Amino acid sequence: MSQISNIYSGKGVCLDKANIDTDQIIPKQFLKSIKKTGLGPFLFDSWRYEDEGFLGKELATRTIKKDFVLNKDAFSQSNILITRENFGCGSSREHAVWALKDFGISTVLAPSFGDIFFNNCFKNGLLAIQISDLNIEKIFLNQSEKSPIDISVDLVNQKVFSKNLFTESFEIDPYRKNCLIEGLDEIGYSLKYENEIEIFEKKVKKERPWSLND
Amino acid sequence: MSKKTLYDKIWEDHFVTVRDDGSSLMYIDRHLVHEVTSPQAFEGLRENNLKPRRVSSILATPDHNVPTTFRENDLDGIEDPISKLQVLTLDENCNEFGINQFKLNDLRQGIVHVIGPEQGLTLPGMTIVCGDSHTSTHGAFGSLAMGIGTSEVEHVLATQCLVTKKQKNMLINIHGEVEEGVTAKDITMFIIGKIGTAGGTGYVIEYNGEAIHSLSMEGRMTLCNMAIEAGARAGMVAPDNKTFDYVKGRPLAPKGSLFDKAVKYWKTLPSDEGAIFDKVFDFEAKDITPQVTWGTSPEMVVSIEDSVPASKDKNLIDALEYMGLKPGTKIKDIELDQIFIGSCTNSRIEDLRAASQILKDNKISKRIKRAIVVPGSGLVKKQAESEGLDQIFIDAGFEWRDAGCSMCLGMNPDQLDQLQRCASTSNRNFEGRQGYKGRTHLVSPVMAAIASLEGKFSDVRDY
Ligand code: SF4
Repeated sequence: MSQISNIYSGKGVCLDKANIDTDQIIPKQFLKSIKKTGLGPFLFDSWRYEDEGFLGKELATRTIKKDFVLNKDAFSQSNILITRENFGCGSSREHAVWALKDFGISTVLAPSFGDIFFNNCFKNGLLAIQISDLNIEKIFLNQSEKSPIDISVDLVNQKVFSKNLFTESFEIDPYRKNCLIEGLDEIGYSLKYENEIEIFEKKVKKERPWSLND
Repeated sequence: MSKKTLYDKIWEDHFVTVRDDGSSLMYIDRHLVHEVTSPQAFEGLRENNLKPRRVSSILATPDHNVPTTFRENDLDGIEDPISKLQVLTLDENCNEFGINQFKLNDLRQGIVHVIGPEQGLTLPGMTIVCGDSHTSTHGAFGSLAMGIGTSEVEHVLATQCLVTKKQKNMLINIHGEVEEGVTAKDITMFIIGKIGTAGGTGYVIEYNGEAIHSLSMEGRMTLCNMAIEAGARAGMVAPDNKTFDYVKGRPLAPKGSLFDKAVKYWKTLPSDEGAIFDKVFDFEAKDITPQVTWGTSPEMVVSIEDSVPASKDKNLIDALEYMGLKPGTKIKDIELDQIFIGSCTNSRIEDLRAASQILKDNKISKRIKRAIVVPGSGLVKKQAESEGLDQIFIDAGFEWRDAGCSMCLGMNPDQLDQLQRCASTSNRNFEGRQGYKGRTHLVSPVMAAIASLEGKFSDVRDY
């Protein structure tokens, strides 16, 4: 579990598309990896390159699509992604989050997210923030072709803002916030409740023995 | 006593405790594991010196990467060394931790969501997870079944619990009965077309109404399989006698008096009369026709009688461009290159029976470059062969393959060529899903069968 700073400013890049599914974020051929790292070069693979990618394909051999926003020099160092509704819908592949992180994205702003993807984000220190359609629209209207948009996130006070453009408070579950700020080991945390789990199992053994299967 | 929904009841019966950060621990009864989303989870266990808490809750199988030909060669039949390593890694992890696995050459191997119910591992009232979004399939039995990410897989392995928050309740009623030729696949696609791919986000969907309870267990699995395409992590149908009959006698189902005791409990699960749902949708079964997707999201779906829609919406325009379609084109005029019958949505015996009935004594169109049938499990394959279905498919011009995910996502060699157009019984028409630059149209098995004969889409009700 990686930590995230309480307050930070970032460079925002806009991807104007709704319902971006995890198959687009990281196509299937990259799910063959048995590691969590090294997926950044293949983020949005079929939108970023003219040729079809595969694990281990050398970047130097690939033809990039010059007009795809992440390929533009000005945006290649972006760390905040701004996009449309239902981002990360579809498959449960956590590889989508690993790829975003590996590329350098630490925050995603969208009006809504796919449920499993949203969950996966927080397990990996990626902050997914749901903000209003209105402010997303404002960002899109004010984006420039030449430079990323400055966006600041204040996690403690749950505020996201861009100077002269918008400020919005966002919701985040206290446990998720805590996880991000403290960089908690989630499993270690749950294992503190081993006693309760054991009591529960004993109860099940009595009431629904078939469900334990042992 | 307050009235509860099916979901409320399962939630309560699996609630372990609230952690002091406010999140809940929910106990997990069954955990399905496959080769793609588990390696990093097992690695995490090793790094932290942990072991799976309840090995007996786990069943593993390789399905995503596996070849559907030359299975007799076992692991040597996997040409891609990276795929092979992933399957081998699953073997190693299962050996190390003592996990029951149906290996590549096991007759019981198949798509996780097909083999769980087939083995009687999936039972009503259970909590079931898998590192795969289509875990929703198992909700057909009145269980709470959810797809999870790899970090959660690791968490469930180590603690037998999922950290979660209660979702909201959604009820979708389908009143009356559907016309002949209209299948569970059409019902589920119709619903997605109406509520959208984010319509169910944050909810657990319960499906109800005559049309739903008339469905076979296979049909209910098809229905719940695509709850995730409607944005819901879980979809469910209340268990009834059909459910109990299906479960009875399966290898991992309870036997004798234990089964009777279980049934007694299962009968208490259906939502109470008057239970409150946060959102309710009502649809008439007679309005549902055979459905075909035209775009790159499952919500881009129309009736077989319709045409490709026109729109100024950028997302729709992009989808049309990707799909190589023009607004106004009749669905029935769309010509196809490939046919795929398979996937966890539609690869069970009933699907194969329905498709083969249409293909009997017929030949696929010359236009079709390849048509494949991929049974959902080795046991489905064997059953189909014992009924002679394989020969019907082969005589019609289909290839008869071995079990796995296959061209549903093409992690193995079964893929579309660039720009090829496929009528597919799977669940996702996303860009590149079935192959780089490939074009997918989602349909039911009978609609795929007819399309194979005509070389283009056609209405099964005219047949
Ligand atoms: S058949 Fe397709 S949707 Fe189902 S588990 Fe396999 S890849 Fe996923």
